[in-house]
Amino acid sequence: MKLNNRKELIALRKEYIAARSKELKKILVCTGTGCMASGSMDIYNKLAQLIKDNNIVCELALVKDPHSDDIRMCKTGCTGFCEMGPLVRIEPQGWLYTKVKVEDCDEIIEKTILGGELVERLAYKLNGTVYCERKHIPFYEKQHRMVLEHCGEIDPESIEEYLAVGGYEALEKALFEMTPDEIVQEVSDSNLRGRGGGGFPCGYKWSQVKRQKEFPKYVVCNGDEGDPGAFMDRSVMESDPHRMLEGMLIAAVATGATEAYIYVRAEYPLAVSRLANAIRQAEELGIMGDNILGTNISVHFHINRGAGAFVCGEGSALTGSIEGKRGMPRTKPPRTVEHGLFDKPTVLNNVETFANVADIVKNGAQWYKKIGPENSPGAKTFALSGNVVNAGLIEVPMGTTLREVIYDIGGGMRGGKKFKAVQIGGPSGGCLTEEELDMPLDFDSLKKAGAIIGSGGLVAMDEDTCMVEVARFFMNFTQKESCGKCTPCREGTRRMLEILERIVNGEGRDGDIELLEELSDVISNTALCGLGKTAPSPVVSTIQKFRKEYEAHIYDKRCPAGVCKKLIPIQIDPTLCKGCSKCARGCPVGAITGELKSPYHINPEVCIKCGACITTCPFHAIKEG
Amino acid sequence: MANTMKINGLTVEIHDEKNVLELIRKVGIEMPTLCYQPSLSIYGACRLCMVETSRGSLDAACSMAPRAGMEIYTNTRRLRKYRKGILELLMANHDRDCTACEKNGNCKLQELCYLYGLRDIRFQNLAPNPEEDRSSPSIIRNAHKCILCGACVRMCDEIQGVGAIYYTGRSSKVKITTAFDHPLAESPCVGCGQCASVCPTGAITIRNDIGRIWRALDDKDSVVSVQVAPAVRVAIGKELGLGNDNDAMGRTVAALRALGFDEVYDTSTTADLTVLEEANEFLQKVQSGDTKMPLFTSCCPGWIQYAEKKYPELLPYISTCRSPMQMFASILHETHKNGEKKHFHVAVMPCTAKKFEAKRPEYQLDGQDPVDAVITTKELIDMIRGSGIVFKELVPEAVDMPFSLATGAGVIFGVTGGVTEAVLRYVSTDKSKTALDAIAYTGVRGLEGVKETTIPFGEGELKIAIVSGLGNTGKLIEKIKNGDVHYDFVEVMACPGGCINGAGQPYHDKPKTVENRSKALYGADKMFSLRSSEMNPVMNELYEGVLKGKVHELLHVHYGHKE
Repeated sequence: MKLNNRKELIALRKEYIAARSKELKKILVCTGTGCMASGSMDIYNKLAQLIKDNNIVCELALVKDPHSDDIRMCKTGCTGFCEMGPLVRIEPQGWLYTKVKVEDCDEIIEKTILGGELVERLAYKLNGTVYCERKHIPFYEKQHRMVLEHCGEIDPESIEEYLAVGGYEALEKALFEMTPDEIVQEVSDSNLRGRGGGGFPCGYKWSQVKRQKEFPKYVVCNGDEGDPGAFMDRSVMESDPHRMLEGMLIAAVATGATEAYIYVRAEYPLAVSRLANAIRQAEELGIMGDNILGTNISVHFHINRGAGAFVCGEGSALTGSIEGKRGMPRTKPPRTVEHGLFDKPTVLNNVETFANVADIVKNGAQWYKKIGPENSPGAKTFALSGNVVNAGLIEVPMGTTLREVIYDIGGGMRGGKKFKAVQIGGPSGGCLTEEELDMPLDFDSLKKAGAIIGSGGLVAMDEDTCMVEVARFFMNFTQKESCGKCTPCREGTRRMLEILERIVNGEGRDGDIELLEELSDVISNTALCGLGKTAPSPVVSTIQKFRKEYEAHIYDKRCPAGVCKKLIPIQIDPTLCKGCSKCARGCPVGAITGELKSPYHINPEVCIKCGACITTCPFHAIKEG
Repeated sequence: MANTMKINGLTVEIHDEKNVLELIRKVGIEMPTLCYQPSLSIYGACRLCMVETSRGSLDAACSMAPRAGMEIYTNTRRLRKYRKGILELLMANHDRDCTACEKNGNCKLQELCYLYGLRDIRFQNLAPNPEEDRSSPSIIRNAHKCILCGACVRMCDEIQGVGAIYYTGRSSKVKITTAFDHPLAESPCVGCGQCASVCPTGAITIRNDIGRIWRALDDKDSVVSVQVAPAVRVAIGKELGLGNDNDAMGRTVAALRALGFDEVYDTSTTADLTVLEEANEFLQKVQSGDTKMPLFTSCCPGWIQYAEKKYPELLPYISTCRSPMQMFASILHETHKNGEKKHFHVAVMPCTAKKFEAKRPEYQLDGQDPVDAVITTKELIDMIRGSGIVFKELVPEAVDMPFSLATGAGVIFGVTGGVTEAVLRYVSTDKSKTALDAIAYTGVRGLEGVKETTIPFGEGELKIAIVSGLGNTGKLIEKIKNGDVHYDFVEVMACPGGCINGAGQPYHDKPKTVENRSKALYGADKMFSLRSSEMNPVMNELYEGVLKGKVHELLHVHYGHKE
């Protein structure tokens, strides 16, 4: 069916809204990548089988006139609470079942669906409290879900459901009630800042593209999400693809672009298939493609799969990659807004930015600006990981403090350990310490603290974390992901990694910290692209905030957190050692000496910490530390 | 002062400079660069030309557009620190055995390290020492000396349209190589050597054959003859202390004799022969009515390889004339083959692809390569220097009989348009000085990549195209194949500007140098009393003598198709 005008779209939407409002009893099974990996598809299939076996009337898709007694079962996108997956939600009660297994399905059908009772053992528990309803779980309670609003609520493979939650209303408004200038103005007024990392004002970018006289113009969505610790873009593309597509369509309408490209990394096969499905559905309805809703505006969508290079998240490398060239940043100017994809004016924003657009157009800039601080309005998603109790994907208003995120939403540090730091912004970001726990998370405050929002990755680390090792870990990532074009990034990161490796291996030398600082200075000031310029950030911020740890590694040959293996002495407990000499005979470097039947001794100068003695000792007398 | 900016406090007018770097250099400030080449696209990878703005931000001058009111500094404390830091990083993985490097003394990286006072490298050299790629008879590649400035990649792709090499790998494992890492000789490389001419280090160099020449010169049982190509004479003098690019053929001849060569000749003589043969072939082709496709010239071995690898279907339309070098070698082979001593023939060429041409089996006579060794202008310069000969003190000498005469037409073969001009002089019915001079203004001269001219012929006219640079050539061929344009004759030179800009010429990075060499060659032409090839009395002697009955065997060749 093709919608020929606005009226037809409104009528269709009305039908689906009415239909959805009649759906009262629902089983929502999370089929985001996280839950899927822990077996949610098996759970879905098992539930479907049981429903059939029990002759329960159940709809698997949104139908036009459901009966209010019917049960609706729905595969949803990610709800963010990945730590507790697979997740199954029961409506209208709002109960959330966590860590569901296939074996639990019988009980769910029997007790909950047929009996209306809660299966308490599947409910979420924290500090002795049982949380039956999802909305009361602290992880969700403190969030403000805007971009993630529909994630976990609707079937991402159904455009009908998207319409039923008010989908494509913003596009409708943009097409029929606003001029392109007004759209750009609205987005500018909202002060929406790019969620890709830099925080560049989105409306200003659009206005620059709009000004260009050259055609065709392009809209490109950056779904490359290179930070291995971030997955909000994946989640949006998988769980609510139409929201992002609507944002891109509005951008195209506002700037006069006729072709839209989505660059998704090939490691996100689910996102690719759901986007492709969404595009097909929208084209069938005439919401995208030629003559959208009977207007003379046409926008064609294309999906490009990236091969997984971190650097392809950089604008010019990304457009180059779409063109079939090597993913390598080029010099600027010219900027992407003037000469972007195929050398034409291009709007390039990331997934989350586009996902914000529809709400702004629909509700107005003033509404949007009420959320969060003035200079960084709106909400922001963070991928919370590391040593927190509740890891997952969250969305909070900009300006929420780190403490709220870590303790209220994240549930504090796992195992009651002490908080040490967070790495924020992925491999290009920096770390924040305990002193910065009350700092509001927004673009400007973070910049002042030497960190960035960046990818939105938030890795919480407890007292058992070695910050030098953390710096080495991130440098290892950026070094391997450097495109190798400019000298400072290619050669400099390799040298920084070399130095960090020798420090964690106990071979650090006097002057290494200064050399790291010097190299960071050269790289951050002279590298060609943003990724190169920020590559030293994790090192700079850890040196700045944990210099003593570096010094302990270099001068005392000691890892204060007890992480760096080469710096942990191996010792023989004289009270347990029987003097059997087995360890000495097995030591590859002859570091162990002693007399039979009396305790042996390890010479730390010779020991290479291979651990062979630990495994050979029959009396468990040899230990690290 | 609307359109001005400030460089180091100095007010500078902005004209049509592409970038701030050009403007900085224009006002006489030298900026360090490794990846910047005026003729190539901006790459911005070496990060050495960073400048500091008045607001303290840094950017590379090569990729900065000059803007009115801009204020930049080129030599601040920070910039000095970063430049040195970048050089240190580059050198850290570089093969630092400079004294044994072909590029020693001519290396941009070496020069910058010296200028910026890099005396201490704090990092261990961990780069693997890969084997050199010596598969090509013209070019040697050493990845250990590569700094990934990408100039070779851009030259090969943008200017030459060959695209034999590109980047592979990521981060510190990036390298520049051929598709599938095949040896260069098995790649689309045509041996033009332009990559080497822009390589700032010793990563791409021209094969050095000096050793073989010395062995022949030292052999008492050999007669060693040498021919010198037209373009050599206008590039040798500056390097050897003459201070300009003027014609230095006389001194070159004297130097070659001093080096021990027994017979010294000028390739211009057989360039005349080429004109006669090629013009006749052309006229025959036109008269036979076979005018669908043009006749392509055949002097340039880079072009021949390009056609073989990329457009094998065009081989039947390439002139069957051997190149002037090979014609001369054929004649010398013929005259020396029954001599008492072994004959060893050397060609001094501005060209690297000639090294390949000399080894082509199609040119063999009596089972032998007529040219035993090709050395470039640069190699000859090295030989002269290494022998203690003070070039500028030499008294110019003339080449040997019986081939001592050449014409101006043969000399201008060294520059793009020269072959065409020579042919036009030959076919011109009016041989007066004014008429021959006038041909220069028909559009054949100038260093543009593609030129066109027409000459009246019978009732109608003939259309001629002159193209230099293989990138331009490829584009022109596509147009010809698509039927967008039609020509009767196409002169092709693989190197932009022709042989004067061959990769065997001394290293230079100034476009002005090519212009000067071109002027000098046209100047040399004026010094000849004979201006048109058929006026050369040697021609008649040759046709009546050594070539009698052997014109086809000695002066023509057929190329096979290459898969």
